[in-house]
Amino acid sequence: MALSTVLETPGAGFNFENATRNAALEGLFGGGQTPKPLKTGTTIAGVVFKDGVVLGADTRATSSEVVADKMCAKIHYISPNIYCCGAGTAADTEKTTDLLSSNLSIFSLNSGRNPRVVMAVNILQDMLYRYHGQIGANLILGGVDCTGNHLYTVGPYGDINKVPYLAMGSGDLAALGILEDGFKHNLELEEAKELVRASIHAGIMSDLGSGNNTDICVITKQGVDYIRPYQESEYKDKRNIKYRYRPGTTPVLTEKVVTLKLEVVQEAVQKMDTA
Amino acid sequence: MLGEAEPQWLSEEVKTGTTIIAIEFNGGVVLGSDSRVSAGESVVNRVMNKLSPLHDKIYCALSGSAADAQTIAEMVNYQLDVHSMEIGEDPLVRSAATLVKNISYKYKEELSAHLIVAGWDRRGGGQVFATLKGLLTRQPFAVGGSGSSYVYGFVDAEYRKGMNKKECQQFVVNTLSLAMNRDGSSGGVAYLVTIDEHGTEEKVILGNDLPTFFDQ
Repeated sequence: MALSTVLETPGAGFNFENATRNAALEGLFGGGQTPKPLKTGTTIAGVVFKDGVVLGADTRATSSEVVADKMCAKIHYISPNIYCCGAGTAADTEKTTDLLSSNLSIFSLNSGRNPRVVMAVNILQDMLYRYHGQIGANLILGGVDCTGNHLYTVGPYGDINKVPYLAMGSGDLAALGILEDGFKHNLELEEAKELVRASIHAGIMSDLGSGNNTDICVITKQGVDYIRPYQESEYKDKRNIKYRYRPGTTPVLTEKVVTLKLEVVQEAVQKMDTA
Repeated sequence: MLGEAEPQWLSEEVKTGTTIIAIEFNGGVVLGSDSRVSAGESVVNRVMNKLSPLHDKIYCALSGSAADAQTIAEMVNYQLDVHSMEIGEDPLVRSAATLVKNISYKYKEELSAHLIVAGWDRRGGGQVFATLKGLLTRQPFAVGGSGSSYVYGFVDAEYRKGMNKKECQQFVVNTLSLAMNRDGSSGGVAYLVTIDEHGTEEKVILGNDLPTFFDQ
């Protein structure tokens, strides 16, 4: 039977297999700490405005107390009219959004229409609920489709919230303060971009896990404007010296050559047909 | 280090600490809920409508884990659609409540959600069913959620048989207002749904329009 998506929904009922597997894995570590997955402390936000949706995100990816990536892309492509910001476990958000994007492409090709935001949300919710919170993905989905401009958030346990403005991630309380103060219905484009920029900036300033630059993605009926970066960090550092070293900087003291003894085991000749 | 500094509520399950209430009157039902969704100490959504439609004239009120409750409501919505197509007419409120009860009972260890099902059908008129932990019981009114503990006294004392639609709506609004004032996990605005033979009416009552009591 041809499915409009490839995502296979397993048989009826809830699937808690992975929960028992995880519990068993934890037992293996003999009471010690299971390895913690990499979480990107983050600030992401989204706002619905008159002609579409504006999504924003910071660009810092942290690995414990070290900044692993100063220009990480947290706004993921889902379909030409839908983009998704991801907070939580980095691997989970990447993989989940990739999976969703592939499935929606197949759906588009099969049906000949642009996917609706609510469809993306339903697929995500289905999948995340089935894994009962084991997939640590906090996602903000925004897009424009034939039914209008929509902004949704899906939590790791599979709960959906549909609201006109949102913030997620470790810096979300700071960002939400700005959004609560400045949001109005039917904002103009420039006002909406400024509101999102200010809210991400608040997250960057007030949260250790967020920082560096701000990315903005504007989605309208006419198309998508992915501005990366929209605002650069005012604390940019300049490299004082070059970190490339000339060949010969490190002197060679000794050299030893060991020839590998190789035997020809089998020889096969295939004639190419050049006719 | 930043892994531990991350606030606990980010990875905690999102619960709708809630107040929900449903009451039947002669000819229909009134459902009411608050709008606060919390994850630990943080309010994740302050305007969530917890009254979810199962069918045209059957609604359910969600409480407990947000994900579990939303999913049960969606599943039963689908099952009721199929069922009503099969029988060729609108489903009974008891059927909807039974479907919810079946899921709640079968997965009672894994799920933590309590749905109150209420609606109107041709045979029984307005009916309210509670489905806590997998039981199924028809009641003249039902309250649920964390805020309900604070208003049991109020509803028991103030409920009278034979209230009309307007009195029921006022009763629901008063109850929600009192519960939202005392329960930390309930708040925001009040959503009201009135279902009767003629149709379904959804209403929102904003914070400052809620009734106030002696200490406000």
